[in-house]
Amino acid sequence: MSTFEGALAATRERVANFRTCQFTGLRVDIAAQRLIIANAVAAVVFLAVGGLMGLLVALTRWPAVHLLPAEWFYLILTAHGANVLLFWIIFFEIAVLYFASAVLLNSRIAAPKTGWLGFVLMVAGAIITNIAVLQGESTVMFTSYPPMMARPHFYLGIILFAVGALIGVGLFFATLVIARAERTYEGSIPLVTFGALTAAIIAVFTLVSGAIILIPTMLWSMGLIRDIDPLMYKLVWWAMGHSSQQINVSAHVSVWYMIGALVLGAKPLSEKVSRGAFFLYILFLQLASAHHLLAEPGISAEWKIVNTSYMMYLAVLGSMIHGLTVPGSIEAAQRRNGFNRGVFEWLRKAPWGNPAFSGMFLSLVMFGFIGGISGVVLGTEQLNVLMHNTIYVPGHFHGTVVAGTTLAFMAGTYLVLPLIFQRDIIWPGLARIQPYLFGIGAAGISMFMMGAGTLGVARRHWDINFTDAVIGFQHSPGAFLMMGLNGISAILAALGGILYVLIVVGTALFGKKIVPGHKMVFPLHSAARVVSKYGSEGTIKLPGTIVLVTIFFLSFVLYYFVNWKYLSDLWQFR
Amino acid sequence: MAITSPERRAWWNEPVERVELIWIAVALLWGLFMFFFMIAWHFIGGQNLATEAYKVTPSAYQEKVDAFAEKYQVGDEAGTPIVRPPAGVDIYLLGRLWQWWPVLELEKGQSYRLHLSSVDWQHGFSLQPTNINIQVHPGYEHVITLTPTESGEFGIICNEFCGIGHHTMTGKIIVVDKKAETK
Repeated sequence: MSTFEGALAATRERVANFRTCQFTGLRVDIAAQRLIIANAVAAVVFLAVGGLMGLLVALTRWPAVHLLPAEWFYLILTAHGANVLLFWIIFFEIAVLYFASAVLLNSRIAAPKTGWLGFVLMVAGAIITNIAVLQGESTVMFTSYPPMMARPHFYLGIILFAVGALIGVGLFFATLVIARAERTYEGSIPLVTFGALTAAIIAVFTLVSGAIILIPTMLWSMGLIRDIDPLMYKLVWWAMGHSSQQINVSAHVSVWYMIGALVLGAKPLSEKVSRGAFFLYILFLQLASAHHLLAEPGISAEWKIVNTSYMMYLAVLGSMIHGLTVPGSIEAAQRRNGFNRGVFEWLRKAPWGNPAFSGMFLSLVMFGFIGGISGVVLGTEQLNVLMHNTIYVPGHFHGTVVAGTTLAFMAGTYLVLPLIFQRDIIWPGLARIQPYLFGIGAAGISMFMMGAGTLGVARRHWDINFTDAVIGFQHSPGAFLMMGLNGISAILAALGGILYVLIVVGTALFGKKIVPGHKMVFPLHSAARVVSKYGSEGTIKLPGTIVLVTIFFLSFVLYYFVNWKYLSDLWQFR
Repeated sequence: MAITSPERRAWWNEPVERVELIWIAVALLWGLFMFFFMIAWHFIGGQNLATEAYKVTPSAYQEKVDAFAEKYQVGDEAGTPIVRPPAGVDIYLLGRLWQWWPVLELEKGQSYRLHLSSVDWQHGFSLQPTNINIQVHPGYEHVITLTPTESGEFGIICNEFCGIGHHTMTGKIIVVDKKAETK
């Protein structure tokens, strides 16, 4: 607690400067607002850089295009992973944490100067790692498995970034303490803040794991440590690498709830159930590093089964619960809004022209159907051998991180721009189609990579023709088709990504300033004002949501058993 | 609302709707089924990855593979020996920059104890088009009892990034029918 008290003391002298939001009635600390803007801008910059790199990677893996030479391909692929999977997402998450603590709780933010220190460390770390990769002697992939070695500053950059992010997470905790002490809210923290708290707790675990493994690895790269065991490295590194994806899940589920609340006036169906589902994440998501050790030598089957299943799939249970409660709360809200006819009027007449809503709903559906189901199958002890390290793996995590997290964050941006940047969206026509363009592209990338992986195509591989191999090998024509379709999907996603960056930058610089009485182009729900009634949803029937989750469940079961059928046809091994 | 504090301070005492309870029960049971199915497959399935592994130095492993290849060599493909061991023995495969060595010739339906290791970086043993994928670590010797169930020529590609020649790293396993051999 002493750190919290320290943070409290440090901020006691500062006289917080507040404004009141005309749309939500929330009091916004200007210092928090500046930090949110800075982190969101940095996030978008790294998304632009990393996303463009992703396009280059996909165009190289499209056999008919085969854009980059091998050396550049592996280099760009290394940078792509770091820029989008770490830098874009964690910068945005820090912005979400500041928003969910200071803004949603009507509180001043703790120690904003320390927040700026964290921000500077993160920016410096991200730039250092990018320089290390572009210098060409750190082409080790984002995972940097030993005994393959990068230059010391490759690791140093990531360590600095992690330390900066940890400072941001610390500020989040300290702000919660301040808000509680200064009674800026009544009762329990809101659900979205609770989800952000889940993300923050997991973030501490993952960022510390990253430091625990990357510091000795850096010393090894400097020649101060003789040896890094490759299996030990994988176990600890993935406690950062995979568990950090669970920060994303907690954060983007929070963003789903937030968008539902602001755009449709949605309430949680039950506070208890939604919070319980987040709590399952805290308890079990950290076991995920086992997913990366299923095909490794010398690890017992018992260990693999318990850990890869997050202890009997209890964290998957958490996600499946959100899979019902998020659309369920939207259906309930829409029915309350008057769209009560039939099973699906609430969905048909949802604000599909509002990019915050359409992006959020596409993210929800694709995260569940594409990323979620494939993740469970890939993480099943025996089934893993069918796709381990094939391009199925990036297929899966583009379903979670691109179609799920990135699209949810993009959707959230359409609210952050008017509410925090206080500029209204320019080019509403383009903003309307942006989530669809990006979403369809991301879905294509995920599914075609998964298809190619099922046909045996390796991940992180420059030439599926094996032109220079001494012993030749030819993939099936289907594999080439899949990689071509993946390239086309990547172009679609890149167009959606470019539109997003243009809209964000354009709005931040030239968007109409929001003054009292302004009418937003994508309006919030009238219930977004805190004065309205809130709390758990009452007893509203949810036939549409029941149909949706039934379709989801049947797809899940079917796909699961199809893969066991594939497995049973393989050569035998034990 | 999700962005505001719960309406009732004691939100943990609110009743939960039936639809939520049913879904939680379904998801929980499905999770338990998937958990126990992994255990069950160890008893009913023919595809379970061995956990037998030993620490080994790269040079010691290299010696074992060399001795094995010399003993059973029957031919040569593009400079790589083709090795045909008798059924049931220990067979060795080595991953290195950038090849799988040697070429193995096995008999369909027979079991072999396949030893896998690397002498330099990590590699990904990926048998195609069957799609069996196993990680190969330097310093660890993984022993898998393998039974080919189809005959033909199978490519081994590398699916763990291992430097600039990664995409040229290939190998081969040839599986022959017993009948064709005895005529």
